[in-house]
Amino acid sequence: MRKEVRIAGFGGQGVILAGIIIGKAASLFDEKNAVQTQSYGPEARGGASRTEIVISDEEIHYPKVQNPDILVAMSHEALIKYMGDLKDKGILIIDPDMIDESEITEFVEKHKIKLFRAKATQTAQKDIGLKIVANIVMIGAITNITGIVSYDAAKQAILDTVPKGTEDKNINAFELGYAMDG
Amino acid sequence: MSKELFVQGNEACALGAIEAGCRFFGGYPITPSTEIAEDLAILLPKHGGSFIQMEDEIGAIGAVIGASWSGLKSMTATSGPGFSLMQENIGYAQITETPMVIVNVQRGAPSTGQPTMAAQGDMMQARWGSHGDYEPITLSPSSVQEFFDFTIESFNLAEKYRIPVILAADEVIGHMREKIIIPDKVDIIKRVMPKEKPEEFLPFKAEPTGTSPMAPFGEGYNLPITGLTHDERGYPDTSSPEAHSKLITRLCDKILKNRENIVSIEERMCDDADIILISYGAPVRSIFTAVDLARDEGLKVGSIKINTPWPFPESQIATAAETAKHLFMVEMNLGQMVHEVERVAGNKAKVHLISKIGGELHKPKEILSKIKEIN
Repeated sequence: MRKEVRIAGFGGQGVILAGIIIGKAASLFDEKNAVQTQSYGPEARGGASRTEIVISDEEIHYPKVQNPDILVAMSHEALIKYMGDLKDKGILIIDPDMIDESEITEFVEKHKIKLFRAKATQTAQKDIGLKIVANIVMIGAITNITGIVSYDAAKQAILDTVPKGTEDKNINAFELGYAMDG
Repeated sequence: MSKELFVQGNEACALGAIEAGCRFFGGYPITPSTEIAEDLAILLPKHGGSFIQMEDEIGAIGAVIGASWSGLKSMTATSGPGFSLMQENIGYAQITETPMVIVNVQRGAPSTGQPTMAAQGDMMQARWGSHGDYEPITLSPSSVQEFFDFTIESFNLAEKYRIPVILAADEVIGHMREKIIIPDKVDIIKRVMPKEKPEEFLPFKAEPTGTSPMAPFGEGYNLPITGLTHDERGYPDTSSPEAHSKLITRLCDKILKNRENIVSIEERMCDDADIILISYGAPVRSIFTAVDLARDEGLKVGSIKINTPWPFPESQIATAAETAKHLFMVEMNLGQMVHEVERVAGNKAKVHLISKIGGELHKPKEILSKIKEIN
C-alpha cells in the first residue's frame, strides 16, 4: 500500500530532518520502501518549507507526493499553502499553538478530514527546554497517530541521525510526542 | 559486510566515486550538484585523496585532466553553466584520451535558468558540446542506487576506453533520498600500465582494442600530451590528412565498435505492447507508474529505460519500432533525445514527444492522458 506523507512548517523548524528520519525509519528499520523529497530553493529559508515521504511495501516508481494521506503542519502559513491537495478523509496533524484553527474548520468538515492536535512546540520548550526538538516531538506524535512507521524504527532512525551527545534529549522528545493523545 | 544507507542521490554519487577508486576531485560548487563536492571534500582526504576548489569550471576540468595524467582516477561535478564552461576541455580530454568522470546534475536552462529545478536540457550538449567529431559515453541514473552504481560504472568505462565519461543526472535524482546498498565488493577496472620500457612506449599507439595503456607523469615515460592532432608518440602532426583521419577515426571507433558492450537499457512489458514509453533519468520513474496505470485500463503499453543515452541504443530502439506502433519519448526538455528515436525508428513506428520543462517531473496521469490522445 502506497502512503504519502507531507510535513510542512517554516524554515528552521526542522521539518526536512523530520522527513529524513521518517524515510530512514521506514526504509532501513521497517524494511519498507521509502522516498523522501523536499522543497528546495529560496523559499526553504524562512518561508514555508516542506518535506514529502512516500512509503510502500512495493517498489516506489513515481517518487513525488500527489495527494497526501497524511499532512503535518507546524506553521499556519505552511498549512494554508499545502492543505489543498490532502486526500478526503485524510489525516491532518497540527501544532495547535502555531495555527489559527478557525481558518480550516470548513475545509476539515467538507473533506471529512481526521484532525489531530500535537502540541509539539510547547512540549519541546516546556518539558525539554529546547524549542529545536519540536520536530522530534512531532515524529513521536506522527508515529503514534498514524502508525506509518513503527515505534522501534522511529527510535532507531532518530538515534542514527541526531548528533552524538544529544540522543537522550531527542529520545525524550520522541517519547513525549508518542505519549500525546491527539 | 554490505551497508545500507538512506541518502540523497548526490551523496550516493560521492560514495560511489570513493568505491570506484576516485582519488581526486577538482570543481567549483554549483546548485544542484554541490553536495557531491561537499561530501568529497570530507571523504577524499580520509581515503588518501585530494580535493581542490578551483577558481571556476574551466580551471576545475583542467585540474581533473592533470590529475588523471598524474595517475589518479579523477572527477568533477557541476551543473549547466559549469558544464558549458567545461566544453573546450572535454574535447581536449577526448583527443588526449584522458579518463575522467564529469557529473552534470542538470537544472533549468539556458544560462543560469532555474538553479534549484530539474531539467534534462543538456543531453545534446553532452553529445555535441565540444567542437569536432567525437563519440561520448553518457549515463543517466533513475534512482539513488543507480547514481551510486552508475558513478562506479562511469569510472570503469572511463578507464576501459580512456575517455571522459559524462554522468548526466538531474536535480530530482540528485536531491531525493532513498535506500542504497553498498556491496562488500564492487568490480573496479584498474588503469592499464604499459609493459614496455619507457624508451619503447608509444602513448597513443592503436592497440587492437582501440585503447592503449596509460603511463602517468613522473615515471620516466616520455608523454607529450597535446590537443593538436598527434601521432602514436604524441608528437603534433597537424597537416597530414592521413594522420588526422587515422587518429579521429580510431577515437570514434573505440566507442562505436564497442557500442553493444557499452549500451544498457531495461525493457518492461514490451512483448505485446502497441505503445512503448521511452525515457532516461528521473522521468523513468513516471513512465513506470504510467505503464502500470495504462495496463490497469487494459492498454497494451510497455517501457524502455535508457541507462546510456550515449552511445544511443540504436538497435534496441529500432527493434522496439518494429514491434510497437507508437513510441513516446518522455523527457524534461522541449525535445532532444526524441530526435534520436525518430532517426532510428524511421517510418516503422510513429514517434511522439511528451516534453515537460519548468522543473517538475512528469505526472504519471499526464503521460496516460497523452497516450490516450492517439487512441
